[in-house]
Amino acid sequence: MKKTLIEAQHIGKYFYSPKKVQVLNDISFKIDEGEFVSVIGKSGCGKSTLLYILSTMDTEYEGDLKIDGVATKKKTPHELAHIRNEKIGFVFQFHYLLTEFSVIKNVMFPGIKLGKYSEEEVEHQAYERLKLLGIENEALKNSNQLSGGQKQRVAIARALINKPKIIMADEPTGNLDEGNSELVFDIFKEICAELNQTILVVTHDNDFANRTDRIIELSDGEILSDGPPLIGIG
Amino acid sequence: MKLKIILQIAWGLLKARKRQTIVAAVGVTFGITTFITLLGFMNGLNDLLDGLMMNRTPHIRLYNEITPSSTQPIDEASNHNDDYNFVHSIKPKNDRMEIRNNKPIISFLSNAPEVKGVTTRITSQVFFNIGASSIGGLINGIEVAQEKELFFFEDYMIEGNSMDLQNVPNSIVLGEILAEKLMLRIGDLVQVTAPNGERFQLKLVGLFQTGIADIDKSQSYASILTTQKILNRPNDYVTDILVKLHDVKRAPALAKYYGKLFSVETIDMNTANAQFDTGSSIRSLISYAVGITLLVIAGFGIYNILNMLIYEKMDSIAILKATGFSGQDVSRIFNTIALVIGIAGGGLGLLFGNLLCHLIHSIPFNTDALPTIKTYPIDFSTKYYVIAALFSVITTYFAGYFPSRKASKVDPVAIIRGK
Repeated sequence: MKKTLIEAQHIGKYFYSPKKVQVLNDISFKIDEGEFVSVIGKSGCGKSTLLYILSTMDTEYEGDLKIDGVATKKKTPHELAHIRNEKIGFVFQFHYLLTEFSVIKNVMFPGIKLGKYSEEEVEHQAYERLKLLGIENEALKNSNQLSGGQKQRVAIARALINKPKIIMADEPTGNLDEGNSELVFDIFKEICAELNQTILVVTHDNDFANRTDRIIELSDGEILSDGPPLIGIG
Repeated sequence: MKLKIILQIAWGLLKARKRQTIVAAVGVTFGITTFITLLGFMNGLNDLLDGLMMNRTPHIRLYNEITPSSTQPIDEASNHNDDYNFVHSIKPKNDRMEIRNNKPIISFLSNAPEVKGVTTRITSQVFFNIGASSIGGLINGIEVAQEKELFFFEDYMIEGNSMDLQNVPNSIVLGEILAEKLMLRIGDLVQVTAPNGERFQLKLVGLFQTGIADIDKSQSYASILTTQKILNRPNDYVTDILVKLHDVKRAPALAKYYGKLFSVETIDMNTANAQFDTGSSIRSLISYAVGITLLVIAGFGIYNILNMLIYEKMDSIAILKATGFSGQDVSRIFNTIALVIGIAGGGLGLLFGNLLCHLIHSIPFNTDALPTIKTYPIDFSTKYYVIAALFSVITTYFAGYFPSRKASKVDPVAIIRGK
């Protein structure tokens, strides 16, 4: 039996300003190891909100969340930061690299922070990740000298540095042209297949979603459907 | 390991805002430089001014005053115990000015732990003769070595060596104006008439200058032996015992205690020169206040720049938090930035402050009051450097504290969503 990595139980979320609005209502699902899951839905349906709750960054919600079997509700912010560092890798829509530092440093920081390996080892691992994504030649460049597609690949390399249990991506292709989107998708597909990496992607790109293993569709804060993509519908 | 990465990130952020960082550091440097210079200069002057009076003044002076006896024979008569008596026109008897039995007193004081040093003096009126006329003056018989050590006698010598008083028999040192009036130069013979009318010839071995004209035109110093000879007194004759203490503040209490213990008159420096203490402490206070104000202003500079940096680096903070850096780590990063600015700026400030002090110390400054001082006085004591260093670190820490706390509370979700 496959191991359950994420277990969301009856998650609800309200926004309070300007007035109380329910954004998520009784969301429950599980994600198992090695799954490539996408969350789709219209703008404002709460898919990003759900992702931030799953990522442990947003802690104001109802219900329970288990990551890798550990309940996160009662953890301190410090412990949650450690969980994010060790078990979750992030990829955002707008690359979000530290522009003051070189590519290799950007990839290394979460690894050094984790402190499991020496700096030399982390550097070696960072080079391996960059090589995997085909951008090892850019390692010493400053991160704002790269193109959008390259930046996103660096962000993926950074997400992979600590061998996280799960990679969470928020519209990873939203800011990229078709070619680069394709590239990013291929990378995700590849690491999912080869490294058995669990991936959770929030996207409004239905083509992208249709090529993942499983689609969770949200509508008005509730799960509309959850299952493998229906071939032919896009 | 963790410290290293925090330093690395802090350094990266600092480098990204080079100009502001430098401006902030220069603010601290300026504050510390001024602090050091101001305090060094102020306290140098303070010490100089205090020295004018304090160095020459014993903390406690033991002496004898000729006063009428407080008890009259009739008070002792037992058959008049219940009666009142009135004795008119009481006069002091012809007593001697010396401190009686002074040897045990001196040895007691020399061994007392609170006493830094003891010396004895004889003070007497004399006449200095020039041709047929004579000028009234004062001769101080001193123990030269102790006088040098306790009262910095050498500092006031403008010509000659004070030790000659001890080494050359029958020698004298005159006030500079007095020597001029007597038209004498070093090596000449000084004609001195003692109160009992006896005349002496003493050799002039040096001149002193205190800057106080009254003293310079009337006083002279000789060794205690020479003075005893002039006054025709035995060699245990001493009129004053001067005491320097380790802690000046104890002078009033100890003066009273010694007075009772030895049954002599005593006076302490605080009573004699109360205004000096007040003046110098207020001067120090002012310089501390100005220095600290400058540092606080520098602190606000750092505060501003960090705040700006945090607004600019919201994205970076969010990304650090998303990738597993806790609020504590983020606040450490910004605290480190503040401390780097503080330590770098403060270190340079200490250096520049020291250089500026040396510069001021080399500017010529001539005063009649202290003939040995040739340039502006500066107090180079490490105390001020330690205070300045501590203060720069503390101010920058607090300047960084609130921005850092703000940075640690940045909600990454709000930043990432807001894009």
